Amino acid sequence: MKTFRILAAGLAGLAFAGFAHAAGGAKHPHGPEGGWPFEGVTGQYDKASVQRGYQVYKQVCSSCHGMKLLSYRNLGEPGGPFYDPAYPNPNDNPFVKALAAENEVMNAEPNEAGEFDFRPAMPADRFRSPFPNDAAARAANGGALPPDLSVMVKARHYGADYVYNLMTGYPDPALFEDREVQENGETLYQKVLDVSKFEKLGHYRPEHTAYLVQPAGQYYNPYMAGDTKPNYEGDPRHAPPGGFLAMAPQLTPGRVEYTDGTEATVSQMAYDVSQFLAWAAEPKLEARKRTGLGTMVFLLILGTLLWFSYKQIWRKVEH
Amino acid sequence: MSGHESTYKPNSAFERWLDTRLPIIRFANDTMINFPTPKNLNYWYIFGGVLAVCLAIQIITGVILAMHYEASVDGAFASVERIMRDVPYGWLLRYIHANGASMFFLAVYIHMFRGLYYGSYKAPREVLWIIGCVIYLLMMATAFLGYMLPWGQMSYHGSNVITGLFGAIPLVGESIQTWLMGGPSIGNQTLQRFFSLHYLLPFMIAGAVVLHIWALHVPGNTNPTGVEVKEVEKDTVPFHPYYTVKDAFGIVIFLIMFAVFVFYAPNVLGHADNYIEANALVTPAHIVPEWYLLPFYAILRAITFDLGPIDAKLLGVIFMFAAIAVLFVLPWLDTSKVKSMRYRPVARQFFFGFVVVCFLLGWCGAANPDDAVIPALQGDPSLVVSYTVEGAPATASYKGGEEAFEQAKAFMASLPVGANPSLAAVPAPTFAFRHLSLILTFLYFGYFVALFFIGLTEKPKALPESIHKSVLKRKPKDTGNAVPAE
Repeated sequence: MKTFRILAAGLAGLAFAGFAHAAGGAKHPHGPEGGWPFEGVTGQYDKASVQRGYQVYKQVCSSCHGMKLLSYRNLGEPGGPFYDPAYPNPNDNPFVKALAAENEVMNAEPNEAGEFDFRPAMPADRFRSPFPNDAAARAANGGALPPDLSVMVKARHYGADYVYNLMTGYPDPALFEDREVQENGETLYQKVLDVSKFEKLGHYRPEHTAYLVQPAGQYYNPYMAGDTKPNYEGDPRHAPPGGFLAMAPQLTPGRVEYTDGTEATVSQMAYDVSQFLAWAAEPKLEARKRTGLGTMVFLLILGTLLWFSYKQIWRKVEH
Repeated sequence: MSGHESTYKPNSAFERWLDTRLPIIRFANDTMINFPTPKNLNYWYIFGGVLAVCLAIQIITGVILAMHYEASVDGAFASVERIMRDVPYGWLLRYIHANGASMFFLAVYIHMFRGLYYGSYKAPREVLWIIGCVIYLLMMATAFLGYMLPWGQMSYHGSNVITGLFGAIPLVGESIQTWLMGGPSIGNQTLQRFFSLHYLLPFMIAGAVVLHIWALHVPGNTNPTGVEVKEVEKDTVPFHPYYTVKDAFGIVIFLIMFAVFVFYAPNVLGHADNYIEANALVTPAHIVPEWYLLPFYAILRAITFDLGPIDAKLLGVIFMFAAIAVLFVLPWLDTSKVKSMRYRPVARQFFFGFVVVCFLLGWCGAANPDDAVIPALQGDPSLVVSYTVEGAPATASYKGGEEAFEQAKAFMASLPVGANPSLAAVPAPTFAFRHLSLILTFLYFGYFVALFFIGLTEKPKALPESIHKSVLKRKPKDTGNAVPAE
């Protein structure tokens, strides 16, 4: 009977572990070396990194991806990257005002002539959307809709690890070869990748040496959920992990010139922008963990007092 | 209202005056203070109190969340995020409410398994058990309706699956489905009615809880021995302070676990896809309900065959609802007069087996039905070439290692122009989750059938003479006093 119970408990654990299954055939993401500073019971965001991440978002991502759930004032709120205790109201924070004013947004109220003017954004404004609507976004991106990034880190399995791996996981463009194909009398140019040369695939790589054909306007990434079988010329049973997405690799060394002088390597930029997106998805994380600590201490003291009360009250009753 | 003699004595003139008009103080006194409760209840019996706390937490946080929530397809997702960002302590309210649903179900499952183990459903407590089943049904409905409200991808497509279940009912199914959705598809009107019902049902649960407690206080609590109270003086203690303090301690331990989820892993029980705004045109790769509905989801998907005129979809729906309905008739399925499994050596083994089956069903519900249960036992996939011969489709299959691929390639090259060959990897047949689900579904129902027959043949162990005697077990002279069960 004892063994039966242990077995039952083990199976219960298994059943719960079953929920955490990986999606599709994508490569399992691993976080940066040393993990994220916001992990763990007392973890907090690295403010300098979130600030740099905002710069990466502003200069790279924001040309296609909106963050419609965020306002510029959020940057200066407690827990935000540009919070300054001297300005409890972030709308007064001159730095946040300046960051907002770098963007032009359409006024929500019509002017005297009944037309909508463009003006520099204020801290109270939402982050500027790069496109007026989804159709415009698709038209500008070959039919693909760049997703909103407001809660991206919470909207993907493995959260910030996934974003970090996706941004750094593309094969080096130099690994691709150009190939001419004749189809229906037309000459097409294909980008093909010799999978055996792509070192990031790790242990998968050496045995399989066939070409992966990248569809036009699509880019291979081993961390993207999807299916590479139809585009793999080798044995489909050994198609490489991952899928294709419409976003070309964005982070190249020195793409951003950090204002704080940090060297803008690809992994540095990916690290910073992932942390910025983690903050954007969960801006109250620090307040949550602080409140949690107090709550736990309170409950533990209350529980201890109740335990002794229980022992005291029941001391004369055999039960 | 309660079965025991009232011991309340009004102390002041006002209490005497009120007692002859509305004996509410007497009522509170009889149900929560002096109520005689068996002295041998163990920690499995704290979950009634835990559940009352869960319901209160859900209603209080829910009412406040409703002040900020916007039930419209354009505004719902953003309003939930506004609660998370701009409402003071909104993140706390929402995370308590979202995780509170899981905690509520965790507690109710323990409460139900406790009832199954100690025979709490048997005479004279059948009505108490049935009201409990009604509460459980209402909880599932409320949880499902609430999961729709954030208007994420899982909300939308999960609701699509569940409302689709009603569409499987013959003749009237489609009409019922349209009636539930308020139109031909899920849209703003569906969200609004789901919100309205999500606000209504908890108060119906609260009403059913009152009946549940009423039905508890007529026969009184069961206890781990299953022997009824014989002498109130010796067998019971007043509910207060003995069980108020014990329940309070249990509740605080439960709240500590609750707080771990709320503060340190608030999204671990949810699904990442629900942070993507609902989009009818993009279906998630893998639609799964919340964890507490997974066993029933597994049963629903386990049925993949038609039975006479009943097609597989309807049969799955029937089995899923039957899995809940069987609980309602359990008091009459179990033929044993002995309540507690402690004294039922055979049924006890089956009970633990049943618990394992429920967990495994949950595992199956979370898995992809076509995946191998044990991937290590699945053979290598075979290569299948699909092509056309004079307009008719044909396939050729190749098994083996690298040479199979070479053969398939050579075969494809040998085909005439226009055969349009394509190559695909087909997984080897294996013992998949849908097979396991089917076996487990029959084991689930088998438990209730087994209870019927075990009760007729099982020889129970000796029952203690009374609750009082059973708690004196440490003294050797009392062990001989046990009498055989009837």
